[in-house]
Amino acid sequence: MSEVRLIEIKEEILVDNDKVAEKIRKQLWARQVFMLNLMSSPGAGKTSLIIATLRSLNESMRAGVIEGDIDSLVDAEKVAQEGIPAVQLRTGGACHLDAVMVELALREMDLSALDLIIIENVGNLVCPAEFDTGAMRKVMILSVPEGDDKPLKYPLMFTVCDVLVVNKTDYLKLSDFDMKTLKERVLKLNPQIKIFEVSCKTGEGMAAWTQWLRAEIETFKKMTEEEDHGRV
Amino acid sequence: MHELPVTESILRIVLRHAEEAKAGKVIGISLRIGEMTDVIDEWLKRYFDYLSKGTLAEGAKLRVERMPVIFRCEVCGETFPVKIREIKDVVCPACGGEKAIFVSGREFFIKEIEVI
Repeated sequence: MSEVRLIEIKEEILVDNDKVAEKIRKQLWARQVFMLNLMSSPGAGKTSLIIATLRSLNESMRAGVIEGDIDSLVDAEKVAQEGIPAVQLRTGGACHLDAVMVELALREMDLSALDLIIIENVGNLVCPAEFDTGAMRKVMILSVPEGDDKPLKYPLMFTVCDVLVVNKTDYLKLSDFDMKTLKERVLKLNPQIKIFEVSCKTGEGMAAWTQWLRAEIETFKKMTEEEDHGRV
Repeated sequence: MHELPVTESILRIVLRHAEEAKAGKVIGISLRIGEMTDVIDEWLKRYFDYLSKGTLAEGAKLRVERMPVIFRCEVCGETFPVKIREIKDVVCPACGGEKAIFVSGREFFIKEIEVI
């Protein structure tokens, strides 16, 4: 009778996805394209934030959008109406985008004509948190009507993101949403996270958020250029 | 909700290691998953039984070791486990401090496999 052997593995479950994500990041670095992964519940305002952000960056940044949806073209059409190049990924039921899907979308985009790509992930606060898409930064939106208790229900998402955009602040006066409580809960999970309060509808708070994004892209570009010079 | 692609990944990694070790059969798989992740063990097991049919890992027992969510008290430095869905009440058991931050609980890896 053969003996039982124990083989130590210690390998991340999503190792294959992580490898593709790393490949994407290297490719985008070489092409000097900054990519952002935008996540939220359905209806928190991902498409609205993308459109409002790109309108205000328009002069200086050439941007494209990867739209992830389970089965529709609505968001891609809205974005395309703004004259922004958009690639729609229909996940056909999958609740998140992974790196392989993003790689497919990138093949359809002219990277030499872009400074920024925003991934609009599938509306969901659970699954997208687990999958690296190859983006340089992860941003999540929480909208005021969803409530200040979301960090208790979906803690992982709050720990993996670099930025939290609290959208629909124009609803604050109508609700019992407590911004101070929200911030305390979020910062316990992730002390490094940056929090912006915005209303895509009124434009309030948008300047600080777009300023942060612009600075991130400029820093990224500078770093890729310095590496370029270093090589020469 | 994303247990299917996760299980596919687990099976791929397990079969790669089993083949490298020239194993005849995989009989057990140990996973370490932090309480912070939302994967449901029951679905992992069901998908695994389905996907592993006809492979070296068919019939292998999937064990999930859940790692607690750990916070550190910013007042006294004590680390302690927290029931993550009750985070609004995080209080340090050592000093009673109410300022504590997340340290660990996102583990998501395959620890070891048993083969014959």
